[in-house]
Amino acid sequence: MPPRILFLLLLCAAALGLGFGLMSGSLPLAPAEVWRALMGNGGDTATEVLWQLRLPRVLAAFCCGGLLALSGVLLQALLRNPLADPYILGISGGAAVGALAAMLLGASLAAMQLASFAGALLAIVAVFGLGFLHGERNIYRLLLTGVVLSAGCGAAVSLLLTLAQGEQVKGMLFWLMGDLSHPEGLLFAWVVLLVLGLCATVFSGGLDVLVGGPDKAAALGIAVGRWQMALYFAAAALTVAALQLGGAIGFVGLMMPHAIRLLGISAHRWLIPLSVLLGGSFLVLADTLARTLWSPLQLPVGVFTALLGVPFLLWLLAAGRR
Amino acid sequence: MLQAHKLTVAIGGKVVCRELDMVIRPGQCWGVLGQNGAGKTTLLRALAGLHPPQAGEVSWNGMTLQTIARRDLACHLGVLPQNEGGEFWGSVLEYVLLGRFPHRASWFGYSAGDHMIAQQALVQMDLAELAQRPLNTLSGGERQRAAIAQVLAQQVQCHLLDEPLQHLDLRHQAQAMQAFGKLREEGGALLMVLHDILWAQRCCDRVLLQFADGRALHGAAGEMLTREHLEALYQCPLRELAAEGGRCFVPGV
Repeated sequence: MPPRILFLLLLCAAALGLGFGLMSGSLPLAPAEVWRALMGNGGDTATEVLWQLRLPRVLAAFCCGGLLALSGVLLQALLRNPLADPYILGISGGAAVGALAAMLLGASLAAMQLASFAGALLAIVAVFGLGFLHGERNIYRLLLTGVVLSAGCGAAVSLLLTLAQGEQVKGMLFWLMGDLSHPEGLLFAWVVLLVLGLCATVFSGGLDVLVGGPDKAAALGIAVGRWQMALYFAAAALTVAALQLGGAIGFVGLMMPHAIRLLGISAHRWLIPLSVLLGGSFLVLADTLARTLWSPLQLPVGVFTALLGVPFLLWLLAAGRR
Repeated sequence: MLQAHKLTVAIGGKVVCRELDMVIRPGQCWGVLGQNGAGKTTLLRALAGLHPPQAGEVSWNGMTLQTIARRDLACHLGVLPQNEGGEFWGSVLEYVLLGRFPHRASWFGYSAGDHMIAQQALVQMDLAELAQRPLNTLSGGERQRAAIAQVLAQQVQCHLLDEPLQHLDLRHQAQAMQAFGKLREEGGALLMVLHDILWAQRCCDRVLLQFADGRALHGAAGEMLTREHLEALYQCPLRELAAEGGRCFVPGV
């Protein structure tokens, strides 16, 4: 499929997804009502619900999906590994340990956010220090360091879960599976997404060269070490912003780039914007279903990303073989 | 002009060349021969500035490689690695276009001129019909030709080619060598690691013999490609056959 057409299709999908997310909920709104409320001259309740609850929520979902997809694209290019996802380098592990430890101690939401942020930062610094600075730049050392750290964090998370009681466990599981019901720091996350998304698109030609291997990239004029460092920190910033917004939502970061590649587009100039659009729309849809299907029960969005995404990707994989 | 001055290169504790002096001038074609593991690839990577030398220096037109920005160097010096160690998901044409990366003027995409140069390189390597195929569906030989086309599209003055003929059938070996010969006629400089003495005899005017103990010997091809030198180089008895007024060497076993 020509990338331009796919881009337009995904723009429409994003608009439709956002519209669907704004209409659905415990107070269903017709498209006209949504429009009136958005313009600020609708009925009081509708305007209130829309501006206070739904708009932040769908914007958070879209942004989070975009952040994860972009982070996935960058890490797959950095590690030259199609199985890389935003959580592979242990950043989410560090954040999870921080968040869960704060929950266990009964900290407030703000303190929990701060603790998860601190945990993520620690993980970023540790992986960078151990995996990157030591001797020659070896990307496998970086990958292994991240995977080992993730395993350690996984053990710590299990320990925290066994120590927790009743209600606490549920809150922890929601964080671990991803939950967009507290969209704090929305503006910051959008700024991160737009700035890094733009930078990545501008430097997309270099990313195409970089996936060809370090020697090839250097021979074609890339300062490999500097690029790797920039990619690492950009991906880390994107992951942290997504974790702060919605916890560890799985599947999006790994699979959105592959979905675009399966459609035959692999040049980063298109891969980046298309993955961001697809990731954002996809997460809005998943989140809307997660909060409406069994309402008033709200399910963690991470469950729905996999439930929706797995059949879609299996279909794409099967269709791609023909 | 690519120059090595008192170059000592080591990898994993093994010295692959000691205080090597050599100059690759425009219009020259160098062949590098040696046993497996003699360090041919490491020497080539050092000449390309991809492997830091233990002592001495490599310079391009009088400037040490380390002081030249990679992007500027890539406009003059092209490298064909033996193993790329990466995976490319796009089409053959997109892959060959990457050779234009150091020259491209815009941040977004490649110009019509770049596309034309890439197309020409594809035609030269007999790949025009495969241009739209995903690179990872190609055979080993086709991939090697795509890699050569990428270096051709880079349009540089000096080419360092690590086993450019690997995986190629006879017709495409000849085609690649013709393309390299054309570069040389246009004033390009080449250095290629080869395992085929015949091609070295036919296409190279300078030959560097790299011995397993870190010694290196270089000179005019005719003086280097003798039975004594080659038997010492490969540590293997050779038989000399006369053919069409020339000599060729085959293993004597």
